[in-house]
Formats: sequence, structure tokens, C-alpha cells
Amino acid sequence: MESALISGLQGLVIGVTNLGLGHVIMILIGSGLLYLGIQKGYEPLLLVPIGFGAILVNIPLADMMENEGFLRFFYDAGVRTEVFPLLIFVGIGAMTDFQPLLENPKIILLGAAGQFGIFLTLLLALAVGFDKLDAVAVAIIGACDGPTAIYVSSKFAPHMLGAVSVAAYSYMSLVPLIQPPIMRVLTTEKERMIVMGLVKQPVSKTTKILFPIVVTIFASLLAPKGAPLIGTVMLGNLMKESGVVERLKSASENEIANIVTLLLGLCIGATMEADKFLRGQTLLVLGLGFIAICLDTAVGVLFGKLMCLATGGKINPLIGAAGISAFPMSARVVQAEGQKYNKKSYLLMHAMSANAGGQIGSVIAAAVMLSVLQGMGIVGG
Amino acid sequence: MATTVEAPMVGKILKIEKQVGDHVEEDEVVMVMEAMKMEIPIVAPVTGTLKEVKVSPGQAVEAEQALAVID
Repeated sequence: MESALISGLQGLVIGVTNLGLGHVIMILIGSGLLYLGIQKGYEPLLLVPIGFGAILVNIPLADMMENEGFLRFFYDAGVRTEVFPLLIFVGIGAMTDFQPLLENPKIILLGAAGQFGIFLTLLLALAVGFDKLDAVAVAIIGACDGPTAIYVSSKFAPHMLGAVSVAAYSYMSLVPLIQPPIMRVLTTEKERMIVMGLVKQPVSKTTKILFPIVVTIFASLLAPKGAPLIGTVMLGNLMKESGVVERLKSASENEIANIVTLLLGLCIGATMEADKFLRGQTLLVLGLGFIAICLDTAVGVLFGKLMCLATGGKINPLIGAAGISAFPMSARVVQAEGQKYNKKSYLLMHAMSANAGGQIGSVIAAAVMLSVLQGMGIVGG
Repeated sequence: MATTVEAPMVGKILKIEKQVGDHVEEDEVVMVMEAMKMEIPIVAPVTGTLKEVKVSPGQAVEAEQALAVID
């Protein structure tokens, strides 16, 4: 009787006795993410479930990521199948207004330039010895787009999902700190002061409806591997612009997006098991991800300078920084920076065009990368 | 010569910083508008006296809409 009692009590402390240093560190990291989300307000919708998932998965013997475990169930159902990020894309499409881009189509070039960081980082990651598929997952942080990064890394390097998404989301919220110094270094005072006129080119409803359909068909034919990405964003956008399926559109951007965000966040946290996350590689991922976003900004601004030259000084190169996908943060950064140098400069709407271009750009860049990799035989069809 | 202060983009007027009759310097903030959930200060294009304010806080404005007149 006495020994049964002791064994019973031992059962209660077995969790504690199995707690390793790695678990403790990861629980602290999880708590740190919760702190950033709750106290600092950085992407709370993501950091709260991610941080909590990271704590849960590092409780010894709880086995939440083992077969039968509850986090494993959602992970297998939604992340391994890539269904969660794709459902998020439908919601993003439903929330995105491409009007600023359609009003000013040449700005889409900046959205393309803002993706160069992805490819430059891919080369860098290969150079420092990342495996080909892992390098792709690292480079995609440069898309500066959470769902795209999650989609690509869950496809090619699921073991790095935690590191890649934490990097992607933390750098996105740091865009207002990362971008301005780069913008300042690469432009002259005179360029920063350029005032851009109003964009007032009416966009018909037909154009707005045709846009998602045409982009889907052409981009998917060009990069078939990326069809799920482009297709879901554009489906959401078509539902918004057509105006005939208000209920579906509203469900996509509210209920579905909310449910999926919760489950996706938990699953990302669940990939942060101590033995998988606490490696030198994670630090490299964070470092290269940072470089990727800096390179995006730099190439965007340099391309803006080129457009400034080509148009005889009508384009303020600062808007090139908004050619990344962090919407609408980077457009706001551009507005704030522009007005710092010239109080009469209102760049927000131009930056929004570049930003919308960046959103399409990052999805297309990911799609192109997937198709190229398939063409090179690195990934299977 | 009277100069019109125009809205640089669509948005909503948040607050008016100056009153009719006030002297305003060029580049001084006349009002603050909100666009894309961002506060944007609207500055005086010229130095002069604020003659007229054509909008009120909370009002939605179109791009190029006249907001105020400075003389």
C-alpha cells in the first residue's frame, strides 16, 4: 500500500524529473514570444498561438507531437498537406485591394524588384552549406510574407518550419526599424524630396474582376507548381471584387482565417521541439532571413532609383522599399520617411501600389522558384 | 492670392490643428487625416492666414478635395 502510494506520487513528479535544459530553454523562448505578442503587441494573432504551442510541445512526456498527439493531428492534417497556409491565402486575397496597382501598373516592376532578396539569399544559403531544399526555405523568408514562407517551408523543409516562420513574422513586424536606414543610405536628399502627383486613373469593375482570373491563368501556366498559391489568393480576390458572394468572402477573411490562424500558429509552435530548434542552424536561418529582407529593400530602392532616372525624376525611389510583401507596413514606412524629408510629400498611395505589387510578386517568385526547382529535378513532380 | 489645401489621397479627416484666422507658416501642420489606418499630417503649401476650413473631423474626403483656403 505504501509503495503504491510512493509510485503514485512519483508519477506526479516524473514530468519534472524528465525536464531537460533544452525543454527549459524552449519554454522560455515560447514565453518570450508570448511576451512580444501580449505586452509589445507584435503580431499577437500569430505569436500567442505560436508561443503557446512551443511551450506545450516542450512539456516532457506530454507527447503532443507523437502519433495520436493532438498537435500532431492538426500538423498532419493542415501543415503537412499545406492546407492551412492555402486557406489563409484565400482570406488574404479577399482582403487585398489591387486597385492601387491597377491604377499605376508600371509600379508592379518595383514589386518584382523587391523579390530579388529571395534569390540572392538562396545563393548565400547554398554558399554557407545549406542543403538545396533547406536553402529554398531560408530564402523564402525574403518574401517577407508569412503564409508564403510557411507554405514553401512546409513543402520542402518541414523540420525548419518553426525557425523560418518565427523569422518571417518577427522581421515583418520589424520592417519599420529595418527599412529606413537602408532607404537613407541608398538615396540622395534630393531624391527623397521628390513629390509624386496624384494617381487618378479610373479602374473599371470589369478590370478588377478580370485581373484575378487572368493572373491565375497566366502565372499558373508559367509556374504550374505555384498554382495553389496564386490560385487561392486570386480566388479570394475574385470573391471580393465580383461582389456576388459576400458571405463566402466574409467567411474567408473572418471565420476561416481566424480558425486557421489559431491552428496554424499552434502547429508552428509545435515544430519548435528542443532537439529540432536548438541548433546552430536556427541562428543561421534567422541571420540569413534578416539579410534577405535587407537585400529586398536595397534592390527595391535601387530599382526605384532606376525608374526615377528613366522617368526624368518623377518617381521617388523611396517607394521601391514598399516593393516587398509586408502589407501595409512597408507602405506606411515609405510615407513616414518621405514626409520626414519633404513635408509636402505624400507617398502613401504610390507606396501602396508598390506594396500590392510586392504581394503578388512574392507569391509569383515562390511559384517560379518551385517550378524551376522541379525543372532542375531537385524536387519531384 | 488664395491657395487651396487639397487632400493628397482618399481618407478621413481626424483633427483640425489650426483655426480660421490663424497665421500658418509653410510646412506647418494644418490638419491630420487618416488613410490606410495611418495618420498623415497635411501641411500648409504656403505661408499666410487660414481663411477657411472646408471640412470637419470625422468627414470622409476624396483625393484633390479642397480642405482649406490660405490667403
